[in-house]
Amino acid sequence: MFETLTDKLDTIFKKLKGKGLLKEEDVEFALKEIRLALLEADVNFKVVKDFVEKIRVKAIGKDVLESLTPGQQVIKIVNEELCELLGKTNSRIQLSPNPPTTIMLIGLQGSGKTTTAAKLARLFKKEGRRPMLVAADLQRPAAIDQLVMLGAQIDVPVFHSKEATSPVTLCADSVQKARLDARDIVILDTAGRLHIDESLMSELQQIKRNVLPKEIVFVADAMTGQDAVNIARNFNEQIGIDGIILTKMDGDARGGAALSIISVTNKPIKFIGTGEKIEMLEPFYPDRIASRILGMGDVLGLIEQAQNTFDQKEAEKLKKAIMDESFTFDDLRDQLRKMRSMGPLENLVKMIPGMNKMKDITIDEKEFAKVEAIINSMTKKERKNYSLINGSRRRRIAIGSGTTVPDVNRVLKQYVEIKRMLKMFKGKKGFKLPKVFPF
Amino acid sequence: MGFFDRVKESLSKAGFDRLKEGLTKTRQGFVDKVETIFTGRKIDEVALEEFEETLIVSDIGTTAATGIMIRLREKARIGDVTDVNSVKALLKNEMTDILGESQPILVHGTKPFVILAIGVNGVGKTTTIGKLASRFRSQGKSVLLAAGDTFRAAGIEQLEIWAKRADTQFVQHQKDSDPAAVAFDAVKAAQSRGIDVVIIDTAGRLHTKSNLMEELKKVKRSIEKAMPGAPQEVLLVVDATTGQNALSQAKLFNEAVGVTGIALTKLDGTAKGGIVVAIRKSLGIPVRLIGVGEGIDDLRDFDPREFVEALFS
Repeated sequence: MFETLTDKLDTIFKKLKGKGLLKEEDVEFALKEIRLALLEADVNFKVVKDFVEKIRVKAIGKDVLESLTPGQQVIKIVNEELCELLGKTNSRIQLSPNPPTTIMLIGLQGSGKTTTAAKLARLFKKEGRRPMLVAADLQRPAAIDQLVMLGAQIDVPVFHSKEATSPVTLCADSVQKARLDARDIVILDTAGRLHIDESLMSELQQIKRNVLPKEIVFVADAMTGQDAVNIARNFNEQIGIDGIILTKMDGDARGGAALSIISVTNKPIKFIGTGEKIEMLEPFYPDRIASRILGMGDVLGLIEQAQNTFDQKEAEKLKKAIMDESFTFDDLRDQLRKMRSMGPLENLVKMIPGMNKMKDITIDEKEFAKVEAIINSMTKKERKNYSLINGSRRRRIAIGSGTTVPDVNRVLKQYVEIKRMLKMFKGKKGFKLPKVFPF
Repeated sequence: MGFFDRVKESLSKAGFDRLKEGLTKTRQGFVDKVETIFTGRKIDEVALEEFEETLIVSDIGTTAATGIMIRLREKARIGDVTDVNSVKALLKNEMTDILGESQPILVHGTKPFVILAIGVNGVGKTTTIGKLASRFRSQGKSVLLAAGDTFRAAGIEQLEIWAKRADTQFVQHQKDSDPAAVAFDAVKAAQSRGIDVVIIDTAGRLHTKSNLMEELKKVKRSIEKAMPGAPQEVLLVVDATTGQNALSQAKLFNEAVGVTGIALTKLDGTAKGGIVVAIRKSLGIPVRLIGVGEGIDDLRDFDPREFVEALFS
């Protein structure tokens, strides 16, 4: 879906992440790259301009410069702005208190209205409702046949007439028919039209006046370029839209049209089409897509969790232990417990940027439990001074923790390794705590 | 040097200073001021940004737009261009050069002339075929349409209606049958009936679906089998509303079946279709036809000058 933009921003943020403190020119440089990436992703020129300005105002401020992790701060700002643009909540189709709920699909030719109509009908049917499709596209050759076939495929009735000449009358009739047949959802598949075609746009207005649809859904192609703003603005101003369905999201389009359309209409994206098959319609989650655009999994969640878990005081204590080279098995156990308290490690790892691309990450939580058990079976003295742990003590620890001597040996070896690493870090300037740890 | 590096360099402080310096110089002379009055607006940072916007909003892509802007800033610096009109003329020339001469589809050689129409979903393949068929008919050629979109509901019916409208012959199989077989039969039928032009429709497919691209390769192979040298034209239909993704479409379709020409549809809207400039530049594929409406006659030969004129209107 948004992979390509994701990759782009990934490279940008890799550069940002490597720095301790962000300077103004770093932010400027990042903004230039964000701007280009967004333009390449087909986000409209003006939308990008506004977006970058917002980020600039927020990024080159005290918050960023005084923050401990400015790189993360910029990421957070970009992510927040993206989320804000994409809409804060996932908004479903509104149902009318007096059925039937009439949903009118409008859009350009070839945006995918007919396929989407059938997909929506299938979804409502699955929810136990009684949808009806209306073949109101009297323009395109065989559009009626197409909807009738799709209706048959999902066993949903299709109101149609090959003799009809006015989609306005047909749509009005269809709602009557739906009432008679106790259908609670009516989906109008209107003909594709250009937003500047006055006569066809006024036809849509007439349908709207006659049918009073509960929801007017603008169906847009995810591959749309810069013109997305003109198209969406025209449909919204002339007809008034309640929501958007973005189609063909299964290709490699960067999907910047989503940002463009939302920013000119201020209406939510309700669903995304992710394939030609009739079940391929998914709800749209702005936060997910924004994270996806940024290619960082749920980094913010990770940061928050880490902040909650490692409070400043404890961090200082640990830092002191490292500086004194007095990092003991007690300290190691504390750290292990903290990491585990952040939630399932597999989820944690997936939240780490870049890691979400790696498939099938499996972390054996049991390994951590084992290490903890081994540390627990040591005496206080042993925990403070590992060199005490000779062969017989190892056997005792193994029995006490329900493990084997090789297990104990491995933990000892790892501990020595960590100590050695810490010693190395100690000498480095600008050394930061969390990075010391295995992940 | 990577793309970003180049951009960075061009946008670097030194670059800006150089540009500013150049602009100040050109602003100084009295002659220049007079010139401004007679030739229109002077080139300044605002004007340059407006040009960049025009370029990007036309969908020609950031790579092309950035490249053009770098050259433009350089020309502004050395004083080659001073006012808005001369910049426009320069840009138009540059675009027209990239697009090359008009290259319409010319039916030639051994009968039948086979055209394979391909593209992603919803770009207007079937409509374009209908219009193209009608145009050949009006030139007195015999035409056969092949219903190769066996996947989409009513894909066959849609083409059949166009075949009737344009008064052409029509070859179809059942829905969900092998499109390669349809194509093979169509070419064979055209050969035995002495038809001039065969146009084969295909199901819309996203260029990233490898199984569907394999299917398309098979269609092409079966056409070659039925008639060596065919298809003489592999026409990629591109929606003018599409953004940068059209370049990816052209690349992958070209890799799969070798695209020989592009039909740019839906140019009657507000989209400029500038991405064809990028396609022409990176892949060398010419635009042959443009679609400017739903009517049967709304298909024209592509005229690079007219197109470029529209980009800057």
